[in-house]
Amino acid sequence: MEPLERYRPIIDDFDAFLEACERPLGNAARVNTIKASVERTLTALEEEGLAYEQADWNSRVLRLETGSPGSTWTSFHGFTHGQEEVSAVPPVVLDPQPGERVWDSCAAPGGKATQIAALMDDRGTVVANDNNLGRISALRFNAERLGATSLAVTNADARNYSLNRFDFDEFDRSLVDAPCTCEGTIRKNPDALDNWSEGAIASVAGVQKGILRRAVQATREGGTVVYSTCTFAPEENEAVVQHALEEEDCRVVDFDIDLEYSPGLTEWDGDEYDSSLERAARIYPHQNDTGGFFVAKLEVTA
Amino acid sequence: MTDDSDADAAEIERNDGQRFDRLPATPAERTVEGRVSREEVVDYFDDRFGMSPETFDDYTFWEKGAGKIWIYGGEAPTPLEIEAIGMTCLRTRQEHWKPTTDFVQRFGGHATDCVIELDREEARAFATGEDQELERWEGDWGYLIGAHEVAGQFEPLGIGLYVHGELRSMVPKGRQREL
Repeated sequence: MEPLERYRPIIDDFDAFLEACERPLGNAARVNTIKASVERTLTALEEEGLAYEQADWNSRVLRLETGSPGSTWTSFHGFTHGQEEVSAVPPVVLDPQPGERVWDSCAAPGGKATQIAALMDDRGTVVANDNNLGRISALRFNAERLGATSLAVTNADARNYSLNRFDFDEFDRSLVDAPCTCEGTIRKNPDALDNWSEGAIASVAGVQKGILRRAVQATREGGTVVYSTCTFAPEENEAVVQHALEEEDCRVVDFDIDLEYSPGLTEWDGDEYDSSLERAARIYPHQNDTGGFFVAKLEVTA
Repeated sequence: MTDDSDADAAEIERNDGQRFDRLPATPAERTVEGRVSREEVVDYFDDRFGMSPETFDDYTFWEKGAGKIWIYGGEAPTPLEIEAIGMTCLRTRQEHWKPTTDFVQRFGGHATDCVIELDREEARAFATGEDQELERWEGDWGYLIGAHEVAGQFEPLGIGLYVHGELRSMVPKGRQREL
């Protein structure tokens, strides 16, 4: 937990934060409405005798009381998909609509890409990209199990992604759920901080900046780009969005989500960020008893 | 060596297993040797499983790999060299065409024929990948959709092969579950 000490000055009730980081996380699942309605899924869980709790902020997100959420009928049928509660936030903020063209630039293993497809009623085009061929097999497996027919899967570096392979030349919306140092996943994965270093943060931040810039370029004017990570480091969050604001035509916009969170930072370690970064959300483990996440919503401007 | 120019000149191309090609609308429009048409695929789902052709009005069908047919709801040009579009739905280029488990789970609710209803124990065996003696099936032998009741509705489990009084689960290893 030592690397997290650097966040003591910015996190309210830091001791509660540390305590939450040490508690293991329960099992959460998302209802996959491509396969079944929320109502039918809940009935199916009850038939199996599985206890659940619906998240206050999203009726499609469930906390399950079972040791093996994959060995359930609802999972076999693809009615549910194991996904951490906060991980379901970015697609909701992205708010994709049926019929749109949407890019998920770092899509494997596919939890968010299939959630985007479900939010679009599986109508439209969701381009799910990942640069890691090994993880693409997991993405494909999940997409087929969940019955997403609107997904096109590509294997490329998102930083110089080409739309030449398709018939269209821009997206309506893009999600950059960037590779990161994953500090926020410590409750699920106790090894998350083992390879932590400031050097690792600096190196991954360069990649994050490249992907976010490309996402803004590839999205139409007036379109939406959501940037998210599962880490607390401002270098990987506000500083990356700040870079996009400086280099590309975009602005940070507000969003509503019925979860407790803290505003984005406007300064860190001697650097100042645009005041609009307060509109971003820092979700800490002690606020909603979840993992940690950062989410910012951008609008592409002229 | 002398045959090279003949092969290049042939009007019927050979299947390129590395890329997605959209299926021709009808057999008459076929330009790739051995490739099935959209019409044949939709007719097969109708003839075998009673899925009405309108079920697939919003989807396109593609081949990538020899006889591997994919169903897709999004936009894409043909040919297309990417990893995947939509889901694999059918195996052709073999004596008996075979639908995939994932396709059957997604679209099998539209089927009216060749659906075998399983009780909870039978469904469990099916999901585990077990073969089981089921003497009650009086319909055609061959590929059937296994289904069971979930939350008040029949829900397809996957594809099984019925022969000689036995239902063989075709649920792929990675999709099998101990329930």
